[in-house]
Amino acid sequence: MFGYTLRRIIYTLPVLLGVSVVCFALVHISPGDPLISILPADASIELQERMLVLYGFDRSYPEQFILWLGRALQGDLGTSIATGRPVTTEVMRAVANTLMLASVATVIGFVLGCFFGFVAGYFSNSPMDKAASAAAVFGVSVPHYWLGMVLVIIFSAQLGWLPASGAGPGGSSQWKFDMEHLSYMVLPAITMSVIPMGIIARTVRALVAEILAQEFVIGLRARGLSEFGVFVHVVKNAAPTALAVMGVQLGYLLGGSILIETVFSWPGTGMLLNSAIFQRDLPLLQGTILVLALFFVVLNLIVDVMQSALDPRIKR
Amino acid sequence: MADIAIATPPVEPVRSAGYWQNVGKRLIRDKTAMAAAAVLALITLAAIFAPIVAPMDPLQGRLINRLQPIGSEGHILGTDELGRDMLSRLIWGGRLSLLMGVTPVVLAFFIGSAIGIIAGYAGGWTNTLIMRTVDIFYAFPSVLLAVALSGALGAGLGNALLSLTVVFIPPIARVAESVTTRLRSSDFIEAARASGAGALTIVRVHVLGNVLGPIFVYATSLIAVSMILASGLSFLGLGVRPPNPEWGLMLNTLRTAIYAQPWVAALPGAMIFLVSISFNLLSDGLRSAMEVRQ
Repeated sequence: MFGYTLRRIIYTLPVLLGVSVVCFALVHISPGDPLISILPADASIELQERMLVLYGFDRSYPEQFILWLGRALQGDLGTSIATGRPVTTEVMRAVANTLMLASVATVIGFVLGCFFGFVAGYFSNSPMDKAASAAAVFGVSVPHYWLGMVLVIIFSAQLGWLPASGAGPGGSSQWKFDMEHLSYMVLPAITMSVIPMGIIARTVRALVAEILAQEFVIGLRARGLSEFGVFVHVVKNAAPTALAVMGVQLGYLLGGSILIETVFSWPGTGMLLNSAIFQRDLPLLQGTILVLALFFVVLNLIVDVMQSALDPRIKR
Repeated sequence: MADIAIATPPVEPVRSAGYWQNVGKRLIRDKTAMAAAAVLALITLAAIFAPIVAPMDPLQGRLINRLQPIGSEGHILGTDELGRDMLSRLIWGGRLSLLMGVTPVVLAFFIGSAIGIIAGYAGGWTNTLIMRTVDIFYAFPSVLLAVALSGALGAGLGNALLSLTVVFIPPIARVAESVTTRLRSSDFIEAARASGAGALTIVRVHVLGNVLGPIFVYATSLIAVSMILASGLSFLGLGVRPPNPEWGLMLNTLRTAIYAQPWVAALPGAMIFLVSISFNLLSDGLRSAMEVRQ
């Protein structure tokens, strides 16, 4: 167990390094001088050169990368060109909002996905299986930004039950756990939960059908175990994989929240990315992408380690 | 006089291409897959023949006619925020949306297969080097990588296509690599190698025919994701630019109309959904017809 964890961590290090190289490169593949967006168009050559040196753009790429990485490791991701605030502060505040939304969505998706998956797997090829499988296909096929719009049309524009956008009354981004704030989360969380719902339902359906076909299940039934007892065994066997898929999905939602956050004006990393892109705020873009990608890699690492701890059959 | 020893009738060598014929037969019997294929064919044909099929000019509108409801006279599906005919725009929009959704997967299929087959067949250090590089790109959530690349490169059709292609190369390369690696140690490859066939010949004659099928099925399952992502980039303003009709972009510009004409505003997204679910169902059908186990 310890050996596996250590090996998995060591294996992750080059990936982390590679991910940071890609994030570093983002600024340099973008067309135009990154200084254009911080300096007025008529800035003197002298000022331009001073800023060039100040931001370190005059050095070679490897030098710039090492300097950038060194600062990033100390938690300094540079300064946002648009707001002048440290990128780290901006990203961390946004990450908290996105993480909260994505976690709620993952839990909803997991519960619904498991339900549909179990029903479909248990009653294979019955009408119930067909319905549950249809829900799964819906989940992986629907453009979630459109689903968000449709939900807003129904529940905000037509019925007026729930707020259409934002994370709190009066556009506040300070989250509190009360009914009013929660009502702002309902629509984006449901919209977001559709993707993990579909994927988890598909996975669980396949898992359950596979487990039920195994000989030990026949053995359990032959020994007179109640249907509920058999069910417990199926759950135990399906849990590690289902939980692993859930963990990975949380990572995907964190990284892929930009479309949903744009629809609902949710003040998370997606909104941050959106404004970074359109204000050509490259340090902010780079910092946000780096933090989200690192989250994803580390989450995958944790999921792998947890899965092998939960399921001793997985020999690595 | 050896040829009279056995009376060999001059049989045509029975083409063992029966496999693909069987796949085709099974697929045709799959009602869901065929319905999906029909929907896709209809939308594609409408898009190709848009100049003939579309009742009106997709770019010309009259502001006085803006946001007409579905079913209004002369505009069966209503009009958009600039008074342009929705039906015509949806038909024309299919061109860019389908192009943007399908092209990245097609490109990634060729590039990713090539990378994966080379890595899988070469093995050793070449494999490690290629696959660890692929892992780095695979370590990004797909939406994030697409947004990061097209955000950094700047808005535009070409950049969006490039970003999406980069997103889909790693998963395809991984599948190609694992299928090729499994095949590499099989007996008939060993036999070919032992009989002196060069690497290129083996790959061309023995490997490609066996690995392209599974990779192809996997790639078709990515088209639905690609459609959603491509229109998503345009929805964010990173893909197609106005006034060109594209479903994702139309959905974005119509967001302001969700109070005035909600169902007109939702139409472009319904098209994305229809196409993406059809691709998913067709790909599922193809997979079970080929009995490819993932």
